[in-house]
Amino acid sequence: MTAYTATVTVRLKRGVLDPEAETTRQALERLGFDLDGLRSADRFEVDLDAPDADEAAARADEMAERLLANPTIHDYEVAVAER
Amino acid sequence: MVDVTVSVVQFGGSNCDRDAVRALSYLGVEAERVWHEDGLPEDTDGIVLPGGFSYGDYLRAGAMAARAPVMNEVRAAADRGVPVLGVCNGAQIGSESGLTPGAFTTNASARFQCEPVFLRVERADTPWTAAYDEGEVIEVPIAHGEGRFEIDDEAYEDLVDDDRILFRYCDAEGAVTDAANPNGSTGNVAGVLGERETVAVLMPHPERATLPDVATSTDGAGVLHAFR
Repeated sequence: MTAYTATVTVRLKRGVLDPEAETTRQALERLGFDLDGLRSADRFEVDLDAPDADEAAARADEMAERLLANPTIHDYEVAVAER
Repeated sequence: MVDVTVSVVQFGGSNCDRDAVRALSYLGVEAERVWHEDGLPEDTDGIVLPGGFSYGDYLRAGAMAARAPVMNEVRAAADRGVPVLGVCNGAQIGSESGLTPGAFTTNASARFQCEPVFLRVERADTPWTAAYDEGEVIEVPIAHGEGRFEIDDEAYEDLVDDDRILFRYCDAEGAVTDAANPNGSTGNVAGVLGERETVAVLMPHPERATLPDVATSTDGAGVLHAFR
């Protein structure tokens, strides 16, 4: 078994309104920053032991499918690194 | 009137459970609060998933409660035809658990909104709306920060084709307009049916518009009549 950290990034699908990001963008502009856009995402770092990286990724993928993301509004990606 | 016992499932952070019991009792329906860890009583023949902030809305509103073990019992009961109503946080739990389609997410305003709204009854031939006429306008309060109904285009078309939209936000005359949409919901959708007509979720609070002298309307009572 190898120790991995699986990083799951969950973001809204393209085209789904993100009022929090919009509010944050407006606040940045009020602070004087010039920006063309802003998107937000949730990032989960899951420490787990697995026989190999594929297995670690598969488990993190299932976590995203069953809880971390809502498939109606979210896309997600999984990246695995040894820890 | 048949003898019906409605279980109002209480999660940590539910806060409309008492209101639901009180409104149902007022209508002559036997109702009791059921702590989610205790499971559903055997004589449950109606279920309310009440409003509130279960699990502090962590991750997403309703996400944690939707995956609590009691929801397996709720799903099994729903499959047997037991009426299930999700209100506000209960609607979020219902959609998160897959009982109903779509998702309820952050209001377009990015604000918590607590106000009376008008709803147009889209169908009057369901247990939840039999007390109304199709096209009738009712007034019921909302109180949510994450009530924007989101669904992809194809699934929305299916909802419309299958006639599973119960209520849409509208103005006092029943016109479904952007101005009357409090939270940016797709198609002004305020409530939908599950695969069975006996399963419904809605963001507005019928239990807060049932008892006289509490709200500005008692229009919500009709929804709860489904349990009578």
